[in-house]
Amino acid sequence: MTITDRPVDNGVNVQALLDARNALSAAPEAAHFTWRASCTWRNGTHSHSTVAGFAGLGAEQQHRTTYEFDTDHPECFASEDNGATPVEFVLVGLAGCLTAGVAAVAQHRGIQLRSVTATIDGAMNILGILGADPHVRNGFEAITVRFAIDADASRDDLEALIAQSQKRSAVFDVVANPTNVLVELA
Amino acid sequence: MMQITAVVIGAGHAGLAMSRRLTERSIDHVVLERGEVANSWRTQRWPSLRLLTPTWLTRLPGYDYAGDDPGGYMPAAGVVATLTRYARLADAPVRTATMVHTVRTAPGGFEIQANDDMLHARTVVLATGACARPAISAVTGAVPRPITTLTPLTYHDPSQLPEGGVLVVGASATGVQLAAEIHRSGRPVTLAVGEHVRLPRRYRGRDIFWWLQATGVLGERYDQIDDLTRARHLPSPQLTGTPDPAATDLNTLNAHGIRIVGRLGRITDGVAQFSGSLRNTCTLADLKMNRFLARADNWANAHGLDDELPPAHRLAPTQVDPRTPLELDLTSGEITTLLWATGLRPDYSWLDIPVHDHAGQIRHDGGVVTSTPGLYLLGMPVLRTRASTYIHGAVTDSEALGAHLHSFLNSQLR
Repeated sequence: MTITDRPVDNGVNVQALLDARNALSAAPEAAHFTWRASCTWRNGTHSHSTVAGFAGLGAEQQHRTTYEFDTDHPECFASEDNGATPVEFVLVGLAGCLTAGVAAVAQHRGIQLRSVTATIDGAMNILGILGADPHVRNGFEAITVRFAIDADASRDDLEALIAQSQKRSAVFDVVANPTNVLVELA
Repeated sequence: MMQITAVVIGAGHAGLAMSRRLTERSIDHVVLERGEVANSWRTQRWPSLRLLTPTWLTRLPGYDYAGDDPGGYMPAAGVVATLTRYARLADAPVRTATMVHTVRTAPGGFEIQANDDMLHARTVVLATGACARPAISAVTGAVPRPITTLTPLTYHDPSQLPEGGVLVVGASATGVQLAAEIHRSGRPVTLAVGEHVRLPRRYRGRDIFWWLQATGVLGERYDQIDDLTRARHLPSPQLTGTPDPAATDLNTLNAHGIRIVGRLGRITDGVAQFSGSLRNTCTLADLKMNRFLARADNWANAHGLDDELPPAHRLAPTQVDPRTPLELDLTSGEITTLLWATGLRPDYSWLDIPVHDHAGQIRHDGGVVTSTPGLYLLGMPVLRTRASTYIHGAVTDSEALGAHLHSFLNSQLR
């Protein structure tokens, strides 16, 4: 950790997070959140998703605005490429989650960040989704995230920063660990 | 109904230490014990188990180890012998074969139903220990029928296991020790590793507990620890009391042919799925170990010991095979035994007083159950300091809680 003259400001309100942790430990029912998205098929492999509301802190909550996302497949899959592929959205989610974690942990540890860039690769053998080889899984074979971080900190501190970010990341957990998934007809 | 000032429940090291403190303060009391003194050490520990702490650290109020192996690690049978001798020396008023069925509040204190008797006490000390029942994942219901499942409380030695492969779930001291022991019996072992604490048995010529003590880690108070919940739930360090100091390091286990996989997530259609976070779990443990070794080096330097001690060094990072399997088919016949080494929990099901938090743990302030004056808790991890996790922690914990209990009694008289 480095002691600087100016207070560290990564734009993360760590005190609010710590207060929330204390408050929710005392009222654990408020800690139950439900995140939602809805998805409408457009045409072919193109779909349109929106994210607006979620439940948490014992009430319905709204984002500041409705966020919209198009998913599609690229032209080499004979699709129109109206948006990123769903698996790329998974990479976006993982990178966004880990990077937010890096900023929050850095703030908590007094590390001033100047820049953080994550590049993320997901290796996939598409023989799995094509059903051409029963021994190949549908999902990623492996995911690699590479962080380039410019900050007032030693390499050891930065290693600890990205390790802690993984430890506290929801999407890292979702990707690395099994989750029960229920898909049913409405 | 028998009236008594204090009832201590449990005649393990903590209950006996408390008894000694109460005797020092001339507080009449009785120690209720479901079996015999050191019951869990007699009946619920596998024979090869040794204390993680070196013998010189085995201290209790009025007792210091004076044997001929201060640098050794006491086997379970030695702990039984030591506690039995201690109970006799301290003349502890232990009632053996006395099962406590209920403890509840009553006017002027507490009512305790033990065997068929009812006792009334002004104060109660809960010293039944942190290891009453195994913590087992809910996925245990999905373990295929032919597989034998065991816990550290039912494990005795490898000869009780069927032939075939063994999946050890959990990599605390228990998990790594049993993985190594079972592997030596010739059975192929897979070890599922979640969050763990890596430490070398010895560092710069001294036992790691010498360093933990010298640097002040063991003395850190509960009310000064940043994340107390985490500290109280930390798995025990991957150590063992054997001559080979690296016997239970993951790199050693790996080199001996034990297959290391990630944390067990779930079992679907008989297939166990392991977490892909193994590399980060190991990185976190390596980083934390190195932070402690750096603290040890700084301490040695500040105390002018650099010439006296062997030079500082670091252990090789934990090797994680990038092709570590994420699945293991439990129906193939390869695995015949699953051993849950996922921790042990206290059991206060007989405590009929609403002092539990949402996770079923007793709310307390350094062993003082503040919501129920006169009720105390002892012998739990990081109860008052990090040393509370180990036997010698009872020396200062029982001193502090004995003093608190005494002043509580005095305040009632006023």
